[in-house]
Amino acid sequence: MVDVPLGSAGVVAAPDVEDVELYHPHSWVTKYVFSQDAKVIAIQYSFVALSVGLIALVLSWLMRLQLGFPGVFSFIDANAYYQFITMHGMMMVVYVLTALFLGGFGNYLIPLMVGARDMVFPYVNMLSFWVYFLAVLILVASFFIPGGPTGAGWTLYPPQAITTGTPGGQDWGIILMLMSLMVFIIGFTMGGLNYVVTVLQARARGMTLMRMPLTVWGIFTASFMALLAFPALFVGAVMMLFDRVLGTSFFMPAMVEMGQPLDRNGGSPLLFQHLFWFFGHPEVYIVALPAFGIVSDLISTHARRNIFGYRMMVWALLAIGALSFIVWAHHMYVSGMNPYFGFFFATTTLIIAVPTAIKVYNWILTLWRGDIHLNVPMLFALAFIVTFVNGGLTGLFLGNVVVDVPLSDTMFVVAHFHMVMGVAPILVIFGAIYHWYPKVTGRMLNDALGKLHFWVTFLGAYAIFFPMHYLGLMGIPRRYHDIADMAFVPPSAHTLNAFITIVALIVGAAQLAFVFNLFWSLRHGRNSGGNPWRATTLEWQTPETPPPHGNWGNDLPVVYRWAYDYSVPGADQDFLPQNQPGPSRAAPGAGHG
Amino acid sequence: MAEQAVTDTTHTYPEASDLRSIAADFSSDRQAFRNVSWGKAMMWIFLLSDTFVFSCFLISYMTARMSTTVPWPNASEVFALTIGGVTLPLILIAIMTFVLISSSGTMAMAVNFAYRRDRRKTAILMLATALLGATFVGMQAFEWSKLIHEGVRPWSNPWGAAQFGSSFFMITGFHGTHVSFGVLFLLIVARKVWRGDYEHQRRGFFTSRRGDYEAVEIMGLYWHFVDLVWVFIFAFFYLW
Ligand code: HEM
Ligand SMILES: [Cu+2]
Repeated sequence: MVDVPLGSAGVVAAPDVEDVELYHPHSWVTKYVFSQDAKVIAIQYSFVALSVGLIALVLSWLMRLQLGFPGVFSFIDANAYYQFITMHGMMMVVYVLTALFLGGFGNYLIPLMVGARDMVFPYVNMLSFWVYFLAVLILVASFFIPGGPTGAGWTLYPPQAITTGTPGGQDWGIILMLMSLMVFIIGFTMGGLNYVVTVLQARARGMTLMRMPLTVWGIFTASFMALLAFPALFVGAVMMLFDRVLGTSFFMPAMVEMGQPLDRNGGSPLLFQHLFWFFGHPEVYIVALPAFGIVSDLISTHARRNIFGYRMMVWALLAIGALSFIVWAHHMYVSGMNPYFGFFFATTTLIIAVPTAIKVYNWILTLWRGDIHLNVPMLFALAFIVTFVNGGLTGLFLGNVVVDVPLSDTMFVVAHFHMVMGVAPILVIFGAIYHWYPKVTGRMLNDALGKLHFWVTFLGAYAIFFPMHYLGLMGIPRRYHDIADMAFVPPSAHTLNAFITIVALIVGAAQLAFVFNLFWSLRHGRNSGGNPWRATTLEWQTPETPPPHGNWGNDLPVVYRWAYDYSVPGADQDFLPQNQPGPSRAAPGAGHG
Repeated sequence: MAEQAVTDTTHTYPEASDLRSIAADFSSDRQAFRNVSWGKAMMWIFLLSDTFVFSCFLISYMTARMSTTVPWPNASEVFALTIGGVTLPLILIAIMTFVLISSSGTMAMAVNFAYRRDRRKTAILMLATALLGATFVGMQAFEWSKLIHEGVRPWSNPWGAAQFGSSFFMITGFHGTHVSFGVLFLLIVARKVWRGDYEHQRRGFFTSRRGDYEAVEIMGLYWHFVDLVWVFIFAFFYLW
């Protein structure tokens, strides 16, 4: 291995770094279908996740049509509505956002950003995708079986999830849902182990943990959390499957159905809620932390400014990750659990606001007096900050027991979680796609179409979800198929609902512009070159774009600085790539804090 | 001084002790856990995740046991065997536990011989481990069939709370599956050791990658974990 010249930043070459032995595919099938290359796997993951996203989007249209124009579409009866809501929620949270951030962005960016040739276990990584794909197939299959998919709500609360009256409860719907989740978790575990171990043990020379881009930190923390949170869902799914199939009573209390006592006894429905939310709350951060990380990098790059308080940002990520495991029961204030729990969980919930606020301040301070380029990725990043703050503020309302009790199960909750974990992460995903598409394809996405897509999506999302706060305060319940006949609902609410529906249709249609852009730019996009954004992180410094198998050609990169050397005084460029030797403003890892 | 980190914040490694050296490891480049191979790191993290799975199972069982309205069957009566006219409580479980713990011993010896590159002894000890593991699963199957004969079902049993049978079959079943997979992989790795795959750098059938004697140690980590979990199941299910 060639020795690396010592930079003046105190860099000493490690003499015996052996390069990894790379697996070389020989056929078209092993290159592009059963590929073990993290970049191909990333694209496979992203493609499947985005396709599921389109299905979930159509489902949201159908729900909105019913809410906006009740009774006009006779095929959306109450059962169908519940099935749509369940599949929409579960698909969006688990099969779209989790898969896209960790399986998609994680696979593409981790090896490139830490300077590795591939993930540490490419074979397991390949299996991870195919198992995920199987989970998606099982989930989608439930649309085509007798009885249709489950209508239990994405939280799948027992006992209603497995009793008659709930769509799919006594048919195959709930069984397929639970099996699909279990398969998903197995697939994710295979991928997650890869992401975590690659970050911990396979970085390039010079890449210390505290030099990693925040994107990697976000995805890493989220993957680790997922490895600890998914087990609870897995166990809950196994037990509910037994309740449904074998007739056990883990979650089933003594019940009377149609005047007949059911053959169940002594189970605890609350137990499932605890298991579900022990997974469910960390899950919120599993989609939020990668978004936090990515947004930090987008902002820093497009404002040509080093990220403010890098170390604080890292510690805030870790603190949020840890705290998010002890707040789960704030979803259960009205569940009938011991009221003293409420106090504890409200406290921890509000404590999480501290590291979260630190992150927001640091983003703003990064932008402060920056050279802000309002290109498409930056627009999405800025929109994310606004939206996230918005959703975060309503989170403070809902985190308090006394405020939550009247608001629980109203449209206010729907508005809150769509802002904070629906719209906000989706904005980051769009921003990230506009940002990294040039690396993946070597071409830029069309700018005009991008801006159109941005403005319609951003303004539209606000037009859709902002009024829902108001509907919620009015007391309009969530998960109701038809509110037309409720006496307390004023006519204005119906007008508002119709308005929301029309905007939702428009916003949904605008996504077609994005999909079109993705395919059109593949051929016709402007040539991007290797580093169109003049960014510092390693993935932009690959010898070829798109990066070939093995990423780095003959020599692995060596890292001399942190990821945020923008506008360094005295440097001849306004950015210093991480693999460029030479003086930096301050010793990375020592000063920026 | 094999590798010096490429940062300016860290100093020498091997001598620095305790917290300092942990901090130094974490602030070094390339690896956060120095000289821990990828495979080992992966197994440790997987086991952490699996710990959460088993914890959730056990905590759920405890919750079920505490919230059920019907009395819980008495474990020392249910799990008793009558041998030669004498009723011995928990005798089968005691033997099973002994067998499994012993298998941890043979596994540890196998790891030791693997590092001395003693192929024959390693393979024999791994086979012994697999045999003990299979014995454990066999005895578990015996226990299951005995209970099923006595009328225990996942949804009911003759002595009390239905959740007894549900939790019993679920948790021991899940653990037994772990042991069975362990036996399977023990056999595979033992065969590779025996054949000298790790010396001739033979490529794996599925992964087409070369293995290493470390596979034995990684296998061992998993095996000890499965034993450890059994101790908890034993304590919480049979002794409580
Ligand atoms: C075009 C964008 C979207 C629209 C128009 C939309 C619309 C809806 C509607 C109408 C409901 C049902 C509300 C009710 O009756 O209670 C709903 C529920 C839900 N949505 Fe969305 N949604 C969108 C995007 C997303 C995204 C990106 C996520 C990702 C987190 C998401 C997650 C959920 C969840 C978790 C539920 C709750 C399901 C349940 O109650 O079981 N949605 N959405
Ligand atoms: Cu939560």
